[in-house]
Amino acid sequence: MFYREAGVFKTSYAADMALYPLPVSRWGMGVALALLAVIVPLVASAYVLTILNLILVAVVGAIGLNILTGCTGQISIGQGAFMAVGAYTAANLIVRLHAPFWITLPAAGAMTALVGTIVGIPSLRIKGLYLTIATLAAQFIIEWLINHVTWISGGIQATIQMPPPVIFGYQIHTQAEFYVFLLAFAVLATVAAKNLIRSRWGRAFIAVRDQDIAAELIGINIFHTKLISFAISSFYAGVAGALYSYYLGIANYEQFQIDVSIDYLAMIIIGGLGSITGSILGAAFITLLPVVTRRVLEAVGGMFSAGIDVSGMLPELRLILFGTLIIVFLMAEPEGLDRLWRNVRNYFRTWPFSY
Amino acid sequence: MFTTRRTVMAGAAAATGLRLIGTAYAQQKQIVIGEQCDRTGPTQLVGNVLCPAIMHYKDLINKQGGVEGYQIVINESDNQYQVPPAIEEYQREKEQGSVSIMLYGTPQTEALAPRLDADKIPGTCPGFGPASAANGARMPYVFPIAATYWSQAAAAIQYVKQRLGGDLHGKKIGYLFYDNPAGHEPMPVLQKLQAMEGFDLRTFAVPPPGIEVSAQALDISQRYRPDFVVMHVFGRAPSVALKALRGAGYSLDKVLGFVWASAEADIEAAGGYGAVQGYHTMQFAGVGDDYPVRQQIKAMFKANGQSPPAAMDSTVYYNRGLLDAALHIEAIRQALLKNGGQQPTGSDVQQGFQAIRNFDLGGLVPPLEITDTDHEGGGWVQLYQVKGNALVKETPWFRGYRDVVIKMIETAA
Repeated sequence: MFYREAGVFKTSYAADMALYPLPVSRWGMGVALALLAVIVPLVASAYVLTILNLILVAVVGAIGLNILTGCTGQISIGQGAFMAVGAYTAANLIVRLHAPFWITLPAAGAMTALVGTIVGIPSLRIKGLYLTIATLAAQFIIEWLINHVTWISGGIQATIQMPPPVIFGYQIHTQAEFYVFLLAFAVLATVAAKNLIRSRWGRAFIAVRDQDIAAELIGINIFHTKLISFAISSFYAGVAGALYSYYLGIANYEQFQIDVSIDYLAMIIIGGLGSITGSILGAAFITLLPVVTRRVLEAVGGMFSAGIDVSGMLPELRLILFGTLIIVFLMAEPEGLDRLWRNVRNYFRTWPFSY
Repeated sequence: MFTTRRTVMAGAAAATGLRLIGTAYAQQKQIVIGEQCDRTGPTQLVGNVLCPAIMHYKDLINKQGGVEGYQIVINESDNQYQVPPAIEEYQREKEQGSVSIMLYGTPQTEALAPRLDADKIPGTCPGFGPASAANGARMPYVFPIAATYWSQAAAAIQYVKQRLGGDLHGKKIGYLFYDNPAGHEPMPVLQKLQAMEGFDLRTFAVPPPGIEVSAQALDISQRYRPDFVVMHVFGRAPSVALKALRGAGYSLDKVLGFVWASAEADIEAAGGYGAVQGYHTMQFAGVGDDYPVRQQIKAMFKANGQSPPAAMDSTVYYNRGLLDAALHIEAIRQALLKNGGQQPTGSDVQQGFQAIRNFDLGGLVPPLEITDTDHEGGGWVQLYQVKGNALVKETPWFRGYRDVVIKMIETAA
């Protein structure tokens, strides 16, 4: 961040396409990752790791939704249901067939991709808000199916207990272990998405989002593009749902209801539509905001609590603060946290000679 | 370079966490209980009455000198009836040194149950959570401490049988339920009893969010015409269902509501006591003001120059909060008696829960007997009927088909 290029000396396409053109940023990224993977689990308390784990799961899901909504322009509020599909696929495979963890995760993604593709079929004919309603229908249909088909849900309580994941014979138990485990998948999801966006398919997604008729004129098959976007996005959602269930130890569809879909939509809108960095920032923001507002209000409330019962008031205040902060952030930067971040970076890039 | 930003955020979170762990809980001779609540989520009508009761009971006990010389600290947190906050808060409550946790919400209980077992911290889920959690051998650290949905269903059929003359053969019973896992839960019990008693059972699902019940009510009153209706709905659905059934001309004297369809708030929302005359409600804690502990709490407020809080008027939920708090504190007392007054651990309190006998809090708590296998404490309920302007006690503590329920708990996976 606090460094400057001395000029542009790119001589090949590969250099031009590189994610990190400068050695310093490559190294910086490496150091940051090492810090996250080694130092954080050693020093952070289990409580902090719990929050980080929830963020990491949200990162995977948010990147998936951003590929569909941010990059391809297809608004979806079926994210929660897609995650549920992944969760129950993984749960059924591991509990009934005793499938190893390494199979359940891609299988969860593949199953969800299939379901997502089917849900995406109407996207050829309908756009915008109308498609949103179609995905909303998918959310409710999937919820209903899981609730009523005990073959999927494993019983009328619709809850399947899941054993902890086993990797190379090692069982993952503690928060720190889960942190490293989830971080690996979050990094994998990020790298894959970064590369996808720079690929032929990624460019096709963006062309379809920006102007679908123009995209068709330059030879992009819109139907294929949209369906592939649905499939990839759902794959991510399915993996996120499976990871979440492994983390919780249970698959339960009540954790994947409509409010979850809305939360994910909020993550990518606040983070920045079409931006992978934005997905990560948004996931962290939406997961951390309730925690931070709660802690701040508790700290503030503690000062005034003499004689007044504030315990009933704090949660209400938190809701007000939560809503206000989201509005303030969006007013300050409608393009999301990602843009805010880039503004800061660009400012420091030339600082102190910014003219 | 996004990672830099995330590291900063993680650092900030770490700092917040550490500061909180270090706050004023270092005082001597304290025992900490973690409490989860829903103040702002879908069940806030319950939480905003139930959770203050827990705090009031704790204040009362502390004012009376605490438990065996220890002061009780209860840390409340709002999980909004969502799982991620519940997990995050559980972790914090654990780090605050909680020896027991008051859980809140069925999905939250399911998510936290494996963690409670792993961390050896007992948690209670009165009136919600999976019914199979009553199996102490399978889930040693989860305590429903009140009649589960299975016990409620069995007790309901027991009552209906008695009401319909002791024989259910050829009788028709309707089951009106909220269409979610909790609503489905009593079904296996009902089906088993149907086979045993030979009655006809038909189910009527109320889809979430449960604000439209008129079609089901018409179906019940005009087509199926059951001899009795057992109703298991939550949130706004109870009042809507009561209104719809009454509107369709079905006598509410033939309707029995499970524990989350049975509060004063439901009755008021359905049009007041006059509109739901005869309605039977099921309760796992005492109802009304006529308990010594409530008088003591009122006296405590009076001594501080305050009037009793409004939450106390909603006696059904308030008394359930008292039950939850009282059983935790009684479990801690039992733990202290057993370990000679040392700072108890989660395991000690778990043993304490399993030692609870003859603790009735002036009739507010049923004659519970929590054992190492039965964490439900017997599955006792009481019926109160809407009569005049009040909920009037209709039956003493009773339970139905205990053998059937126990067999189901034992075989549940």
